[in-house]
Amino acid sequence: MADKMDLLDVEVWDGNMAASQAMRQAQIDVVAAYPITPSTPVVENYAGFLANGYIDGEFVMVESEHAAMSGCIGAAAAGGRVATATSSQGFDLMVETLYQASGMRLPIILNVVNRALAAPLNVNGDHSDMYLGRDSGWIQFNAYNAQDAYDLNLIAFRVAEDHKVRLPAMIHQDGFMTSHTAEGVLTLSDDDAYNFIGDYKPMNAMLDFEKPATYGVQTEEDWHFEHKARQHNDLMTKVNPVIQEVFDAFEKETGRKFDFVTNHNLDDADVAIVAMGTTVDTAMLVADQLREEGKKVGVLGLRVIRPFPFEKLAAALSNVKAVCCMDRSAPGGTVGMLYNEICGAMYNSANHPVITGYVYGLGGRDMTVEYLKGIFADGEANAAAGKPTTPLQQFIGVRGPKLNFL
Amino acid sequence: MANKGWDEFDAGAILFSFNDKVDNIATTLAEDRPYSPSNSFTASVGDWRIEKPIFNKDYCIDCQFCWIYCPDVSIIARDKKMIGIDFDHCKGCGICVEVCPTNPKSLLMFDEHKDDDECLAGWPEKDEKEK
Repeated sequence: MADKMDLLDVEVWDGNMAASQAMRQAQIDVVAAYPITPSTPVVENYAGFLANGYIDGEFVMVESEHAAMSGCIGAAAAGGRVATATSSQGFDLMVETLYQASGMRLPIILNVVNRALAAPLNVNGDHSDMYLGRDSGWIQFNAYNAQDAYDLNLIAFRVAEDHKVRLPAMIHQDGFMTSHTAEGVLTLSDDDAYNFIGDYKPMNAMLDFEKPATYGVQTEEDWHFEHKARQHNDLMTKVNPVIQEVFDAFEKETGRKFDFVTNHNLDDADVAIVAMGTTVDTAMLVADQLREEGKKVGVLGLRVIRPFPFEKLAAALSNVKAVCCMDRSAPGGTVGMLYNEICGAMYNSANHPVITGYVYGLGGRDMTVEYLKGIFADGEANAAAGKPTTPLQQFIGVRGPKLNFL
Repeated sequence: MANKGWDEFDAGAILFSFNDKVDNIATTLAEDRPYSPSNSFTASVGDWRIEKPIFNKDYCIDCQFCWIYCPDVSIIARDKKMIGIDFDHCKGCGICVEVCPTNPKSLLMFDEHKDDDECLAGWPEKDEKEK
């Protein structure tokens, strides 16, 4: 039986340690992992807990991230609670198996410490790997800080393993900005955290000898579409009600309230910045400063990236006149994902704000208070004019001639 | 199987070998197990084969090597005695022949269309070691 760890009410943890501690408290059966910066400490800390007797489960060291996720898939299909962590190139290598995990409806928890994708090689944070996973059929939660990384891990296990859901889930945190920044994190005791997640309840376990199951079947043109349709239906209709239930239960347990979108002073705002990761916290700080100057600005943080919360997002933006979408990934010849999704969410809603997009922060480039003030100023100009006063896509913080498109 | 709609499947394209719960399956012979239609036991895939293994019981020592090595559970054995080959599921890979330790071998590969008696009639003699 694993030893319990006495935690202080507030521990000084970085985002990686917050994720490791939540994983320890979940008492996972199998973690199969391969290290990669900046997510390495997630599994390194976890292996340390195991070596020191705080974990009963198995830790499997593998030869690549493809093998890590494959090991997780095998263990989850066999009928255990499973999680791992990765970043960037490791996430790239996992992509094939990500689709296997979601297609087989295996509730694996993956901590993704977001980092840029090569070339050129870069170990710092941006959202390129997160964006790469967005069509993979996983649930994607977005942490803005270390506290979120801890809380969302506990939430993700309970959501993913719910028999109405049975889908894998990622928890995204910004490489270094969240993963390596020590912050005060409010904790749950080991018992409270475990009881919040609950015992793992197997479903269609391959190693159920009374009813053995076959995983990984082949379906051609006469069956494949129906299975993909079933999975999409469940993502669109079954997942969000369970996430809401778990958010509510978590608030009851801890007093910390999560929602699909973080609505920061949007109800009477003219201008909204929509962002993910650490930029949400910075944008809220800037919005509060501008409010003191009498400017009607707010921030929308996207907490649940997949399934994309169309209605909740449109409702939160139902009064704004201008929206500035902050994409931290090079869109590769089109608009950013957030710009695209938000246009899609707003086009058929009653409100039609002016929507512009910004590409920023690639490879760990800082998003500063000054940049955010400039973006809010763009938004105010757009709101006043009732039309875009800037190109639809601007690059922020890149050296050289100003880079705008569309 | 009927052409089910998207809402009629088990999530994850999971298939079950048996319709209901089973017990003591390890001690139940294959032909007596309550296999579901999605189990390949009732499906013939013998037409994948271009060469077939032929079993010659005159030389077999019931060592069970073929039974344990067959990747498709297509060696039929009862009470540790080799009986023959499940030609509905054998793909003709030849592993049983490769692992057969007798001299001459008790299993040999032949063209799929060659008559079984003809195969047995032409069985090779014992291979004498050079002294």
